[in-house]
Amino acid sequence: MKKIIAYTEDELEKQLKENQEYKFGFTTDIESEVIPIGLDEDVVRLISSKKNEPQWLLDFRLKAFAYWKTMVEKKWAHVDYPKIDFQSISYYAAPKEKVDVNWEDVDPELKATMDKLGISMDEQKSLSGVAVDFVMDSVSVKTSFKEKLGELGIIFCSFSEAVHDHPELVKQYLGTVVPSTDNFYAALNSAVFSDGSFCYIPKGVRCPMELSTYFRINEANTGQFERTLLVADEDSYVSYLEGCTAPMRDENQLHAAVVELISLDGAEIKYSTVQNWYPGNKEGVGGIYNFVTKRGICHTGSKISWTQVETGSAITWKYPSCILKGDNSIGEFFSVAVTNNHQQADTGTKMIHLGKNTKSTVISKGISAGFSNNSYRGLIQINKNATNARNFTQCDSLLMGDKCGAHTFPYIEVKNSTAKIEHEATTSKIGEDQLFYCNQRGISTEKAINLIVNGYCKDVLNQLPMEFAVEAQKLLEISLEGSVG
Amino acid sequence: MLSIKNLHANIEGKEILKGINLEIKAGEIHAIMGPNGSGKSTFAAVLAGREEYEITEGSVDFEGNDLLDLNPEDRAREGLFLAFQYPIEIPGVSNVNFLKTAINETRAYKNKDAITAKDFLALVKEKSALVELDSKLASRSVNEGFSGGEKKRNEIFQMAMLDPKLAILDETDSGLDIDALRIVANGVNTLKSPDNATIVITHYQRLLDYIIPDFVHVLYNGKIVKTGGKELALELEEKGYDWIKTENVEL
Repeated sequence: MKKIIAYTEDELEKQLKENQEYKFGFTTDIESEVIPIGLDEDVVRLISSKKNEPQWLLDFRLKAFAYWKTMVEKKWAHVDYPKIDFQSISYYAAPKEKVDVNWEDVDPELKATMDKLGISMDEQKSLSGVAVDFVMDSVSVKTSFKEKLGELGIIFCSFSEAVHDHPELVKQYLGTVVPSTDNFYAALNSAVFSDGSFCYIPKGVRCPMELSTYFRINEANTGQFERTLLVADEDSYVSYLEGCTAPMRDENQLHAAVVELISLDGAEIKYSTVQNWYPGNKEGVGGIYNFVTKRGICHTGSKISWTQVETGSAITWKYPSCILKGDNSIGEFFSVAVTNNHQQADTGTKMIHLGKNTKSTVISKGISAGFSNNSYRGLIQINKNATNARNFTQCDSLLMGDKCGAHTFPYIEVKNSTAKIEHEATTSKIGEDQLFYCNQRGISTEKAINLIVNGYCKDVLNQLPMEFAVEAQKLLEISLEGSVG
Repeated sequence: MLSIKNLHANIEGKEILKGINLEIKAGEIHAIMGPNGSGKSTFAAVLAGREEYEITEGSVDFEGNDLLDLNPEDRAREGLFLAFQYPIEIPGVSNVNFLKTAINETRAYKNKDAITAKDFLALVKEKSALVELDSKLASRSVNEGFSGGEKKRNEIFQMAMLDPKLAILDETDSGLDIDALRIVANGVNTLKSPDNATIVITHYQRLLDYIIPDFVHVLYNGKIVKTGGKELALELEEKGYDWIKTENVEL
């Protein structure tokens, strides 16, 4: 079913009025505990002991680490960056104060940070009805609405808490969708992940509010390796949002997350991301390396829908994917990826059809400006037993200027002759005619570009909840500022 | 309102306009007719500020401003409107959003507050009725999937919404059936006032049965070669453009 848009263009416009530079580039002056840079088995053990983790989890980490050491970073993605020195990164940083119990006692600096980021933790004042988990550097700082959700049996907490309070659930599902040996960065994450969010929706429960995790890198020279595990039990529903920002720094920082979604029989998960890590400056100095593995598994009659708006990061490498294991399951991927200046993005999805009558939809909108490179990479795989599988892929690229690149790498593998696959692709430039038409109606070129770009992305933006749609439009506007001239 | 003196314009080194002189006063309707390739659409595009054309000579004064000195959006904000011969599609951008942006950009230019949602809606309702435009079209993407006739009516709808001082209709009648033609003409006539002026560019006399011009100019080979009243259009219809061509064989 299509989501009905619950907001008007007026409301959007009102919220869009303020137009800014990368406004999240501040740092919070807060006392943090940062472990020394470098990575070896002791560091993995140290992180685990800091978290007071059970033996099985330490074993999981050590196994992943042992495997990671044998791996070589693959270079098949259409991105280019110097070799990362994994010994120059600190793998754990945490605000010193313990804050998860009483909100009143939270460090004012940290509260101010949340304010600046527009995150409301004040449950009484929060009208938006979004439950938030805030993760700064390596730890989850605060989760709101926990009690209210608890009444419905919904578990929404930081990953570390889940390990202690619900070890059976974590143990049952961790690493089942993204094995620790999956790829170089997933293995690294499995070894050193520090925190993240955990969510469990019980059978038949429709989560009454959006759940949201806000990720923030604050410390210099640290990497952020968070882990999200989301389990929707039979016939449940949840809409989950993820946002991320980082300070402006001249050095590149690594963000390597793993997200695992489990959608059991008849369940539906809607996962939306607005990714706005610091992209580096106009000359391409600094910015986040965003190497993320996101994957979900769909059991019988269930659905996973990924929506992403990617405007940040110096380099983005991610392919939110669906394994359509159960019969009649549905996977969706809606993406807007914007690259400007010297940003690089190689992003797309994998839809693995295993069950009968499985369906997938892929809508990807790439926008390249400046000197950037933007690639769509997508795999549609129909396996032997996936009778009557359907896929529709639409993959559009919009170019602004003549120094940028748009690339499409579609892979289609079909092993069942009843499959129906459609692939549509377009590449366009913002037309002189369109700009002139807008100009002739009194609309400036800059505004015209915003209009045209938002129109171009509409199919994807419409998938986002209102607040995120506003955020996303703002980001598009900021990201493309001054890109035509 | 508009005073054009000895206007010359090139595209890719080829001279298209070869010295146009034209005076237009508020309250007047001027028709510009001429055979294909005579420079009619170039003339409209040059006035609207299309960049591909190079102005080599001449001047255009619009309400005391040097028109040629203004960028296209400022020309529009000063009250110059061009109804396109081939209206452009903008996928995903609703007609109303497009128009609201246009209106507010102009209002900001004149240091006025943005239009309220209520006033805007009332305006949409009033003006869409004028050109019998289905209100559904107002919320659809700009010109996307519109029929030829709907696109032309949408141009007049936009014109009504923006309330320009000078409207230039570039072959608005082309591709219209007789009903659409009547609707479009009716819209233009209703919008006519002593304070605004209209330039109707057309190939055929047909439109001028509905929009009665005060002056008819014949453009041929980049110049206005004949000017008269509305009867000139009839004469042209009767004798055909060959009449002009033979008379101006020396051009």
